[in-house]
Amino acid sequence: MKNLLLIAYLDVKESLRSKWFYVYSVVFGGLMALFFITGVSDSVVMGFTGLSRTLLIFIQVTIIILPIFILITTVKSISGDRESNVLEYMLSFPVSLKDYYWGKMLGRFSTVFLPVFLALILGVVFGMLKGGVLPWKMIFLYSALLFSLSFVFLGLAFFLSTILKSTDIALGASFVVWIVLLAFIDIALMGLMLQNRVSDDVVITLAMLNPIEVFRIGAISLFDPELTVIGPVAYYLLDTLGSTWLIVYAFVYPIVIGLLLSYIGYIAFRKKDLL
Amino acid sequence: MLAVAKDVTKSFMGTKVLDNVNLMINQGDRIAMMGPNGAGKTTIVRALLGFYHIDSGEIRVNGADPIKNRVDVLKHISFIPQLPPPVKLSIEELLSFVEKSSAISREKIFLESERMDLDLKNQLNKPFFKLSGGMKQKLLIAIALSKKSNLLIFDEPTANLDPKGREKFYELLTEIDPSCSTLFITHRLDEIEGLVNRQIYMDLGKVVEDEKI
Repeated sequence: MKNLLLIAYLDVKESLRSKWFYVYSVVFGGLMALFFITGVSDSVVMGFTGLSRTLLIFIQVTIIILPIFILITTVKSISGDRESNVLEYMLSFPVSLKDYYWGKMLGRFSTVFLPVFLALILGVVFGMLKGGVLPWKMIFLYSALLFSLSFVFLGLAFFLSTILKSTDIALGASFVVWIVLLAFIDIALMGLMLQNRVSDDVVITLAMLNPIEVFRIGAISLFDPELTVIGPVAYYLLDTLGSTWLIVYAFVYPIVIGLLLSYIGYIAFRKKDLL
Repeated sequence: MLAVAKDVTKSFMGTKVLDNVNLMINQGDRIAMMGPNGAGKTTIVRALLGFYHIDSGEIRVNGADPIKNRVDVLKHISFIPQLPPPVKLSIEELLSFVEKSSAISREKIFLESERMDLDLKNQLNKPFFKLSGGMKQKLLIAIALSKKSNLLIFDEPTANLDPKGREKFYELLTEIDPSCSTLFITHRLDEIEGLVNRQIYMDLGKVVEDEKI
């Protein structure tokens, strides 16, 4: 445990000095600031205005860029260290593979989750300064959903980073996974449904398996309990699961998948050649 | 017996890199391991360090399997890689990692660094990868020599050192506890001739020569 925390701490320190971390923080913090500067919070769309409108846009943007940011910055963590022989040196010290792998993951999770979370808090603070009401429930649920979205993509990144030995291939695989998942959010699913080429059950299953879609449905259901702004799949899920279970599913499912992928990655890390 | 590799075979993508290698390292052995590129020298060292899962055979270091008991095995081994890796940690952080994971005294590292003419104390906040090649290598040597190990493995440790640095390094090696074993992977036997008592020659994944000097 001592070494696991040490590895996590060192990974955080290393990330804090990296350029990617600054870009990542500036993008999310900057986006939130931009929303307020450009007056997004004062506009009204589909009945949303003020802080709710800002958070809704923030979440919509997050759905697109958070997964790819996490994949790009994290997928190199183990494969990159392997290629540059950093892994060879660091693991020549008596550190267990368990401590190294999970320590790296803990450290990296802190550095990918905190900037997004802090951007959310920044948005809330801006909104409060402009005279909004503090939406506790929304902040809590959004933080939880961001946590689970970060976790599933971190798990995926560690999985790819461990099983693929080349950084280039791992990066390429990340892009493919991201594009596929993004293509199968609500709009593509609606297209499939309209074409009637696959059964509705398959479309619903695809939606429920896609963590980006699950996050999207969970996040939007907070603003729009009837989910009228997104497609029929979300509407069907809401009808089947009910709003509470939909939120629970949106939070728990990505964490379970993230844990599963990171665990498979860990097994591969232990069972395969390290270099 | 400190380390033993018995009938070890290892292939990468169908190519045998280690072909029934038998190797025994006893206490006090000072070994120069030589051979052309691709002979399997680095592979056998990495297998001893638990980085590779061998296809067949058996490896024991201090009586333990380096894969199953990697922490126990690595407690007693110091390793210097061929090229200093581009570790992004600052020197302070690297020392902290080494200190906490391997119970190495920081003062001892400072002392060994000074003996290598490396001023560490004024550069603690500098990232390791920003040091010059020679300075990086000196720091890795200082760390390796500070660790209480009974087997020191050096993979061409002087590749980045200037002549003075090499001289200092070899001088420090003469002071190593005689019961401690060393394994040098090298292409220049003439440089370490006085420091070794055994030479092993590998070629095409086999030990083709193993003799006392």
